[in-house]
Order: sequence, then C-alpha cells, then structure tokens
Amino acid sequence: MQFSFTDDQVMFAETVRDILANECPPSAVRASWEDPDGRVPGLWETLAATGVLGVAAPEAHGGLDMSTLDLVLPLEEFGYAACPEPVAEHAAVAIPLLSGHAAGPVADEWLGRAAEGTALLTAGSPTDAFVLAAERADLALLCADDEVHAVPAGSYTAVAQASVDHARRLARVDWTRGPDTLLSDDPAVVREVLDRGALAAAAQAVGVGRRLLDLTVAYVAEREQFGRPVGVNQAVKHHCSNVAIALEFAGPSVHKAAWSCAQGEGPEGGDPSLDVSTAKVLASDAVDLACRAALQCHGAIGYTIEHDLQLWLKRGWALSASWGDAAFHRRRVGEALAAG
Amino acid sequence: MDLRFTADQRDFRDEVRTWLAENIPAEPLPPMDTPEGFEAHRGWERILFDAGWSVVNWPEAYGGREVGLVEWLLFEEEYYRSGAPGRVNTNGITLLGPTLFAYGTPEQHERFMRPMAAGDEIWAQGWSEPDSGSDLASISTRAIRDGDDFVLNGQKTWCSRGAWADWMFCIVRTDPDSERHRGLSYLLVPADSPGLERRPVGRLDGEPAFAELFFSDCRVPAVNLLGEEGQGWSVAMATTSSERGLNLRAPGRFLAAAGRLADLYRRASAEHDVDPGVLDQVVRAWMAADAYRWQTYATASRLQAGGELGASASMMKVFWSELDVELHATALRLLGSHGELVADAPEAVDAGSWMSGYLFALSGPIYAGTNEIQRNIIAERVLGLPRK
Ligand SMILES: Cc1cc2nc3c(=O)[nH]c(=O)nc-3n(C[C@H](O)[C@H](O)[C@H](O)COP(=O)(O)OP(=O)(O)OC[C@H]3O[C@@H](n4cnc5c(N)ncnc54)[C@H](O)[C@@H]3O)c2cc1C
Repeated sequence: MQFSFTDDQVMFAETVRDILANECPPSAVRASWEDPDGRVPGLWETLAATGVLGVAAPEAHGGLDMSTLDLVLPLEEFGYAACPEPVAEHAAVAIPLLSGHAAGPVADEWLGRAAEGTALLTAGSPTDAFVLAAERADLALLCADDEVHAVPAGSYTAVAQASVDHARRLARVDWTRGPDTLLSDDPAVVREVLDRGALAAAAQAVGVGRRLLDLTVAYVAEREQFGRPVGVNQAVKHHCSNVAIALEFAGPSVHKAAWSCAQGEGPEGGDPSLDVSTAKVLASDAVDLACRAALQCHGAIGYTIEHDLQLWLKRGWALSASWGDAAFHRRRVGEALAAG
Repeated sequence: MDLRFTADQRDFRDEVRTWLAENIPAEPLPPMDTPEGFEAHRGWERILFDAGWSVVNWPEAYGGREVGLVEWLLFEEEYYRSGAPGRVNTNGITLLGPTLFAYGTPEQHERFMRPMAAGDEIWAQGWSEPDSGSDLASISTRAIRDGDDFVLNGQKTWCSRGAWADWMFCIVRTDPDSERHRGLSYLLVPADSPGLERRPVGRLDGEPAFAELFFSDCRVPAVNLLGEEGQGWSVAMATTSSERGLNLRAPGRFLAAAGRLADLYRRASAEHDVDPGVLDQVVRAWMAADAYRWQTYATASRLQAGGELGASASMMKVFWSELDVELHATALRLLGSHGELVADAPEAVDAGSWMSGYLFALSGPIYAGTNEIQRNIIAERVLGLPRK
C-alpha cells in the first residue's frame, strides 16, 4: 500500500501548473470568451510540447505511453486554471480510447497527430446532450446505444449551443451511424468512455474547487467590514472549512479512481467504474459546495461579470453536471450496492 | 502508487480475520457501560492481549507486534467487520498511549504501558469541567505541590467510563496564579486516590457511561506528572491530535457500519418497497466511508514519508463524525417504525443496534472538540484565516 505520487508525476503537474499560470491567467480565460473558437493563442502548442496532450498515446505514435494516473494531477491543474482548451476530452478520453480500441489504420491516421496536437479530438459523454469543442474538432468519439464511433469532422454537423461558461464551446452533434466509423460495439467500451470522461471531469472539478477556495480565503482575509477582515467571522470561516473538508476527501477518491482505471480493477479487485462514480460524486458535491460558499463569501463583487470568480463558478457548475452528475453516479453505485 | 496490500499485509489481515473468527465471544457481552459489562470487556481485553492483538502497533516489549500504520488500519478494518466487542480501554490505548510514548519517562513506560495493553489498568480522560468544555484552557481544578505530592481540589465531568476506570489522565492547574494555557500540567491519577469521589451520570441512552469526579484535598504522587510541570497544554495537544485524527476512529469502524447498512437495505428492499431517496442516502453513507478510508491511507503514506498530521486531523474528525450520524440516521429511516425500538422489544431489528449506534454517533460532533471548534481550527490553522 503506497498511496502517493512519484516525484516525476508531481513534477509533471508542476510543469503544467507553471505553464498555465504564465499562459492561461484569468485575463486569457476571459479573452477566450471573445475568441471565435474559444481558444487561448499559443497555449495548445506549448502544452503539446510538454507531452501532456499525448500522455496516453503509444510511444510508436509519439506519445508517452503513460496512464490515467499520470494525467490526473495535470487535469486538476487544468481545472485550477479554468483552462478553456478541451484537454480532458482530447487527452484523457479520446486518445486512450483510440489507443485501446482503434484498428490499425484509424490509429495510424489519428494518434500521431493527436499526440503532437496538430489534430484535435473530442468525445461526447453518453450521459450528455452536447459535445465540447465539436465545431473545431477533427474527430469526435460519439456513443450510441452500445456502440462507440470515431467520427471525422466532415461526417457530422455541429450546432453551437452557448454555455453560461463561454469558454466551453458546446454543440449539438448530428451524425449517422455507419460501419466506417464504428470503433467498438462492446458496451464495456461505452462504459470506458464514460469512466474516463467522468474521472477527468472529477479531477478538473477538484482543481476548480481548490481555486475557488484559494480565491475566497484570500478575499475574506483582505476585505474589511466593521473595522476588521470579514474572514474573522465564524460564519465565513465555517463556509471555508466546509469546502476544505469536502476537497480533502474528494482528492484521494479521485486519485484512487485514477489508479483503478489505470489497473483495470480496483485495489481489491473491484469494478473501477464504481471507483470512478464515487470520485465523481465526491468531486461534484465538493465543487458545488465550493461554488456556493465562494459566491456567498465574496458578496456582491463575486456576483459581477468583472470579477474573476465567475470564471470558476461557471466551470464548476458545468463540470459538476457533465459526464454524469452526482445523482447519476450515486445511482450507478446504488444499483451495485442493492444487488449486493 | 500501488494501492494493493502487499502479500505480508494480506497475510497479516488473514491472520487477524482467522483469529477473530475463532475467538469472538459466542454471546454478545453485556453493555460496556454497566459494572458487569465493564468487567466483561476487561476480560476481552486480556484475551486480546494474551494473543498479541490488543496493541498491534506498539513495541513488542509492551505486548505489541510493532506493525506499521497500514497494518494497524487493516487490523481495525478486520476488527470492526468481525463484530468483535467494543474496546473498553480505547481512551488509554489510543489517546493516552501515544502521549505517554512521546512524553513519558522510561520509568513511566515500564510502569504503565503493559498494564494498559493488558486491560489490567483501564484509563479515563479527566479534562472537561462543568465550566470548561470547549474552552479547555479555562479549567480550574487545582493541583498544588506539597512535598512529593500534588494536592487536588476541583471537579471534572463527562469522564467516559470514569465510574469504573482504574486511572484518569487529567489536566490540572498546578500554578494557581496562572491563566489560560500557562500553568497547566498533565497528571496521571489513580482512581483509588483518597479524596477522589466519583459519581456516575446517565448518558442519553440511560447507561451510566459518564462520571463526575470530585477532588477534595486528593493527594497524587508528583512522579505521576506526564511531561514537565506547567507544560500540560502542549502535552494535551499531542493527545487531541490522536483523538481527532486516525487513532481514535480508524475508518474500519465506518466501513463496517456502511457494509451493514447496505445489507440492511437489501433486507428491507426484499421485504417491502424502499423509497429510492433512501437508497440515495445509503449510497452517500457508503461513499463517505469509502472516501474516509482512502483519505486515511493517503494520510498514512504521507506520515510514513515524514509528513505530519497536524491540524488536518480536524478535517478527519468532522468528516467521520458527521458521516457516522448520517449513516445511522439513514438506517433508522430504512427501519421505519422499527427504528425507534430498543434491544428489549420483541420485534427489534438487529437487537436495536441501529438506534444505539445512532445515539452514540450523535455524540461524535460533540466530543473530542466540537465540530464548531474543529471548523474554527481548520479555518485558522489549515487555511490561515485571521483570528481577530
Ligand atoms: C459522549 C461524550 C463523551 C465524552 N467523554 C469525555 C471524556 O471522557 N473526558 C472529558 O474530559 N470530556 C469528555 N466529553 C466532554 C467533551 O469534551 C465536551 O462535551 C466538549 O469539549 C464540549 O464541551 P461542552 O459540552 O461543555 O460544550 P460547550 O463548550 O458549552 O459548547 C456548547 C455549544 O457551543 C459551541 N461553542 C462553544 N464555543 C464555541 C466557539 N468558540 N465557537 C463556536 N462554537 C462554540 C459548541 O460547539 C457547542 O455547540 C465527552 C462528551 C461526550 C458527548
């Protein structure tokens, strides 16, 4: 039993964190709202150069041939920075799915370019109506019943659906199933899409929650009313403590799920999907609480579009709900518990 | 990262499991907080000790097996899963024990550790006073040095199992002119000290599980000081970290309860329609227990790498105590009309254990520093928010 990350894994996350701090500050996230494609100029290329986009791609395709466990800490950083680029769908869902299940020619066509970042992949959740970055993606992994398809951009139409978080470019995707695009008709692969996406959303949600807590702690220590910082008041303190507790317990749950997914089974042989669902519930609940508490502790300034808090509030709501919300994942575990 | 238990750890777990299965009393012991139940539980401590299971993580010299933190957590998981009797000397073994190891003299180790491990000396915590609960630093029980003794005057209260315990670990004011944290000392007090009178107080479940302690010119040898005179506060704070964090309430307890809750759900839904909202609550409780388990293993890895528990123990305390309340409240909802039945009722389910568990769980957010106090500590010491 060794429940900690390697120095390399921690350093990799720190690298990503530094890049995002430099190239994706709140002003850049804000600017992405106005960008036609919702992008941060240059960021994708910098990320590609670190290898983070191709972490899960095979070495033969220029990837690092690593697992979810190597991606989970960087994913927290993408949440912490409210990064607008669809790294999770690309790197943590589509690439591992293609690596694991695509036939040779499909893998050859896409994985190399995806790993180096010259092709953008996205993935739609079986639980969600809309697909992130579908308009500008080159290939979308889409689920229908028990099938997963890898659908190139020319073979689907995307109708943009504006999100409250303008950095999230969602679209309704219309496409027709055909033998050419079929990746797998094994329901386990549909489940894998969901598990990978839910885990990535959970990791990002934890990062969003941490940023909301950091912003709030800094704000309430500085903002004064009645001649002293508002943060001396116990009601304010307890809001912050509740968020800290929720995040403290969501984190290991997400890390454990990442380990289980990488292994293909839980530490004691359990179903990794249940670990993912538990992690997503803890993370969704934690980020929901963080959003509520952060806004309340900021007062009216947090309720403005000018204040950066809104960037994380809106991301938090979206991540909490996407790839299966807490109720969906509780139900998934509930069915297993009820069956015994 | 490798979340599997090693072969040695699995062997250890199997050994614990097998021993417990073969040795747990066939009939449940009488309730711990009654005179006969207390002695019956003492007898069980002796059985555990003789087989080397009472303090697995302690040095062999005192009856332990010197196992690591992970093995200890596994032991706790097996212990609670097995349904073995409650541990009557928890306050000694998990609260005082680590403090004695850290602050005790070699003579004190020789004197106290083995009898504690063997259940020959059962310990109670004498900290709270009628006017000093959350504000522990305001205590007024005095212990004035007189030759080789301290002379105690004052009153302690809410002393769990204090009515029958053999020893108390107390915080007393040794400098009568001192205020707050200064001038306090940590004193080990024999229950049979002349001048100490004990009065049982009924807990919410009616059992005389609390005691009030009255000290009138009670003499206690000065060699029973733990740590330096006047340093009682820092010694006491070492205990509170054990009390709040993983020592007192290892995840095994809640994992076992969550497993039993899922089983209760299956039994209930086999008999009648259960509202889907209740299953949702069962899942919440189950997930919280699971999250506590993995957060604890992550903490264990951090500690083994040289990290410290510190104020994050407060996060654990809030989390386990509130999950325990929710878990038992959910069980009572599942039981419907049967929820309020106690052991004596002919139709009581699981011998009324869900109600008694609920009653006990309700005290979790109060003892070991209330959850309001914990949230203050988290805000100030973990998050760094200003005190004033
Ligand atoms: C089952 C049980 C077993 C116990 N066993 C022992 C034992 O063995 N030995 C022992 O010494 N003690 C024991 N205690 C006592 C326990 O330590 C105290 O109950 C606890 O410290 C709280 O003190 P109090 O009950 O006086 O409540 P108070 O301190 O009077 O608090 C009352 C309420 O006010 C709140 N409050 C107080 N101060 C603040 C503040 N600064 N900020 C916010 N809220 C505040 C509290 O959170 C609580 O909600 C036990 C208690 C219980 C319930």
